[in-house]
Formats: sequence, structure tokens, C-alpha cells
Amino acid sequence: MLKHEDHIFTNLNGYNSFKLNDAKSRGCWDNTKKYIQRGSKWIINEIRLSDLRGRGGAGFPTGLKWSFIPEKSKLPKYLIVNADESEPGTCKDRDIIRHEPHKLIEGSLLSAFAIGAHVCYVYIRGEFYNEANILQNAIDEAYKDGLIGKNSCNSGWSFDIYLHRGAGAYIAGEETALLESLEGKKAQPRLKPPFPAIVGLYGCPTIVNNVETIAVVPDILNRGSTWFSSLGKPNNTGSKIFCISGHVNKPCNVEEELGIPLKELIEERAGGVIGGWNNLLAVIPGGTSVPLLPKKICNNVHMDFDSLNKVNSSLGTAGVIVMNKSTDLVQAITRISRFYKKESCGQCTPCREGAGWMWRVMERFCNGKGTVDEIDTLYEVSKEVEGHTICALGDAAAAPIQGLIKNFRHLIVQKIQRNNNVKKKVA
Amino acid sequence: MSYINEVKFKFNHLNLLEAKKIIKKYPKKFSRSALLPFLYLAQVQLDGWLNKSAIEYISKYLKIPLINVYEVASFYHMFNLNKVGRHCVNVCTTTPCWLKGSDLILKKFEKDLKIKTDNVTNDGEFSLHEVECLGACIDAPVIKINNNYYENLKLEDIKKIIKNIKK
Repeated sequence: MLKHEDHIFTNLNGYNSFKLNDAKSRGCWDNTKKYIQRGSKWIINEIRLSDLRGRGGAGFPTGLKWSFIPEKSKLPKYLIVNADESEPGTCKDRDIIRHEPHKLIEGSLLSAFAIGAHVCYVYIRGEFYNEANILQNAIDEAYKDGLIGKNSCNSGWSFDIYLHRGAGAYIAGEETALLESLEGKKAQPRLKPPFPAIVGLYGCPTIVNNVETIAVVPDILNRGSTWFSSLGKPNNTGSKIFCISGHVNKPCNVEEELGIPLKELIEERAGGVIGGWNNLLAVIPGGTSVPLLPKKICNNVHMDFDSLNKVNSSLGTAGVIVMNKSTDLVQAITRISRFYKKESCGQCTPCREGAGWMWRVMERFCNGKGTVDEIDTLYEVSKEVEGHTICALGDAAAAPIQGLIKNFRHLIVQKIQRNNNVKKKVA
Repeated sequence: MSYINEVKFKFNHLNLLEAKKIIKKYPKKFSRSALLPFLYLAQVQLDGWLNKSAIEYISKYLKIPLINVYEVASFYHMFNLNKVGRHCVNVCTTTPCWLKGSDLILKKFEKDLKIKTDNVTNDGEFSLHEVECLGACIDAPVIKINNNYYENLKLEDIKKIIKNIKK
């Protein structure tokens, strides 16, 4: 369990105010000037040594990403904070923005300085209206206090941060779709390469990072990369906010070390499964885009990138959705399919057509229609969608269904058979 | 989109000032970035939905082809191209909320507002919509009415919420 003094987000639950004075008393903006004076190479090196992996879902090493920025380029560089948090099951960024906005702003300044950017855009999802107001309020405070602006923290570095509200598109959370959206277009992902670090916003070098990734930067510099890398496991270092929702007694956001056992996370931090651990049916460990885990794997799996990859799932955004035995699992996955069908941007055929087709077949299964052979057809089609699209939404639409068929095929078969029996009786 | 009874749209005085502020955020050559915030401003001015006239106005203001403004307005879920109620009730029904009984919440709203999903009440006060994840899953079930979230919702709260809004 994460020690009390090792917590980064000390106001995650919002018991204290987000305002600048309170944030300063929690240690924000303490040594910002000093770190800027040490230079960008030092900051990038510290982040690299800390082994921080991106918190937005893909888990790409942040220090490595920053080092892709071409130093000699004469084009302006941009930092973009991805606050378009829409992955079902995930709500950590919302709480960071509401309760710890100054961590995010300080992190943006340091990260922007490290990559040589003078401008940072925070792309916040449109639904977060009140959260955007709070962040704007915090940004105004920081400008007023001279922490950011023409001469940020008296360091001579000019830094501006702008808020850009989205308008309700899940896909805008994908980094290149976010760039398109920020340029005033439909949020449709771009082909990579070129990667945004070379050709990004307005054709300039751009780094897109998740809110949580940026917000932990000041603390890594404050306490040192060795402190951060001593938490968690090798290659999966640091602490991470887990969002535990669904059938638990106390759904919550909680900061924990990576590599914590899933059982401990649910039983001790979220008040346990409703009806006890034995009443657990399945867990989706990282937002709806990852395959679910049946109870027998949940018993002793650890929550980090590599351990979850080993059991054919993924940490994703660490949005843990717990489902107990009262859940109609087929229906639950159908809802997820409907989500991807609605949110597909319509650019690539396999995803646009496939997501809708998979949803319709799942709806049939829910009502007990269809035949047992169709389950295999569905699995094959999901394999055709996976990996054949520009972005990962196709994979995300396929993964929950594959997880269901692999682990809970018997539930679908049961539904079909039950319906057939009813039909026979009526006939 | 409706074509009948349209008055020519124009930003009001406050929104014009706001628009000038917004456009300054982006580099001069790329004022198109202001499209989303502009559509949003227009939508607020028009009580929650965009008509053809507003889209034409923004297209002229930002010097973007009309079709590009329209395709953006129709792509994003938060822009309404049909009339909605003054209070837009959005009920989240994605899996985390569904596990906590969002279906019952939606039904209760249908019953109390006496409308089906995606419809507007006769007096134009409320409209009911089913939306995907609102991003507050630990506080499920969640609904959003205009800009505000209502979290940890219980069935018995719904009457109170509607009553308070009607006041």
C-alpha cells in the first residue's frame, strides 16, 4: 500500500480548496524557478530516469516521447494537455482538474519548458463545463501571481496556457484526432507516421500528454527520479490513480502504487465487492477498451502494465469496473459495443461498419436470438476489425467482445438455448 | 435543420466581445481553431441548438466554407441541430452507470416528464436524451442537465430535481 507521505495528489478528494494559496501550502510552485534554471535537458533526463509511463492508456515512456521533439526546428513547438477524458470507467482527470489544478498548470509549465514550447493548450472535454471554469480560474490566479505569462516565475521563460473546450467526441481523446479537433475540424485521427512530435498541431512539433502525466511532473522533480522509480515495479514505476466503479461498496478514485494486487485494491480501498469477494463475476481492469478478467484471474493479478498484458488484458486508463454476480454480462458488454458504435468517427470502414455490426449481433444474443455458430462468426469478425484501422478505436471495440467470448462463452450459449427452449414450448 | 421562421443570426454584443477574446488564443493564420468555441457560443445564445442561419453566420465570420462548418456541427454530439428543451436532461447509460441502474433513471424521467427519449415537452422546458459516458463513473448513476452534473442519483431525487428546475 502506498505510504501516506508518498502520495502525489494530496487533495484528490477535494477536502481542501483548489485555490492558489491552498495549493502552495500543499507544495505547488515551490521550486519551479530553480528547475527551469537547471535547463530542459536536466528535466527530460529526470523524467526519463523516473521511468514515467504515459497515464492516458498506451503507457508510452514520457521522457522518450519528449526527446523526439526536433531541437533545431525553427517552427514553434506546442504542448497539449489531453483532458478529453471519455473512457467509460475513468474519471481521474476530472478530479485532478477540479481539486488539483495548480499541479497541472505547474506541470504544464515545466513540461513545456522541457520541450521548448511557449504555448500550451488544454483540450478539455465539453461536458466538463464547471471543471473548465475551475481550471480557468486557477490559470487566471497563476497569471496574476506571475507564475505563468511573459516571465514565468521570474525565470525569463514566456509561457501561455489556453483552455480549449471540446464538444463531445470520445475519439477526440486520440492524440491526432485531438489535433484535428483543435484545428477546428472533425475529430478524425491522422495516419501515423509522421508522429505529432514531428508534425503536429498546425504542422509544428507537438507533444500530447494526459493530464495525470503532466500533473506528476513537478513532484518527480521535487522528490527526485529515484524516489519515483522506487515506487511500483521495474518498468512500471510510480503511483497511479485508480478509478474503481461498479459493484463495490465505496466507489472511489484512489492513488496507489502500480503493481498493487487487484484484490487488495478492491477489498481494501473500495470497500469490497457488493456481496463479498465470492460474489465477484468479472472485472474490466482498464476502462472499457480492454478485455475483461474473470474472477479466477482477478484473485491474484497485479495492477500494472506488464502483469495485465500477460493475462491478455491491459492497464489502459486504470478505470476498474467491477461486476458482481447480479450482472447480466452479455448485456453489459452489449452496452460497451453500443458505445463504440456511437463513437466511431466513420473514417475507416472496418470500424465504422464493424462496430455497428458487432453491436447488432450482440443485441441479438442479449435477446437469446441467433445460433451458437454465430458466436464464432462474431469472434472472427472482431479479429478482422482489430488492427485494421487508423487508430485504436477498432481494437477497443473488438477487445471487450473477444474477452467475453474467450471467458464467458457459456453465458451467450445459455441465453440462446433458453430462448430456443421457450420457442419449443410455445410451438 | 429547420428552415422555417428563421431570423438572421448575429452574435449579441457580449458574445462578440467573447468571440474576439477567443480568436486571440490561436495563431492568426489558424483562426479556424475557434470554430468549436464559436459554435458553442452561438448555441448558448440560441437556447441550446444551432439553426442554419447561425451556421452561415459563423462560416462568414471565420471565412470557412459552409459545408465545413456544417460537418463539424453535425459531427460532435454536443451540438444540437434540432430544437431541444430549455433544460436538456442527459442521462448516461454506458456500462458503469448501467450497472448502477441508469435504465431505471431514464424510465423514471420518461414517466415524470411524460415524454419519450429524444423528445421535447410541450412547453419547451425539458428534453430528454440518452448519452454515452459522462466521465464521472465513481459517482454513478450520473445525469447532466445543461451544464451541471447530478451525481449518485437516486430514483426519489428525480421529482425534486424537476420541481426545483421548474421554479
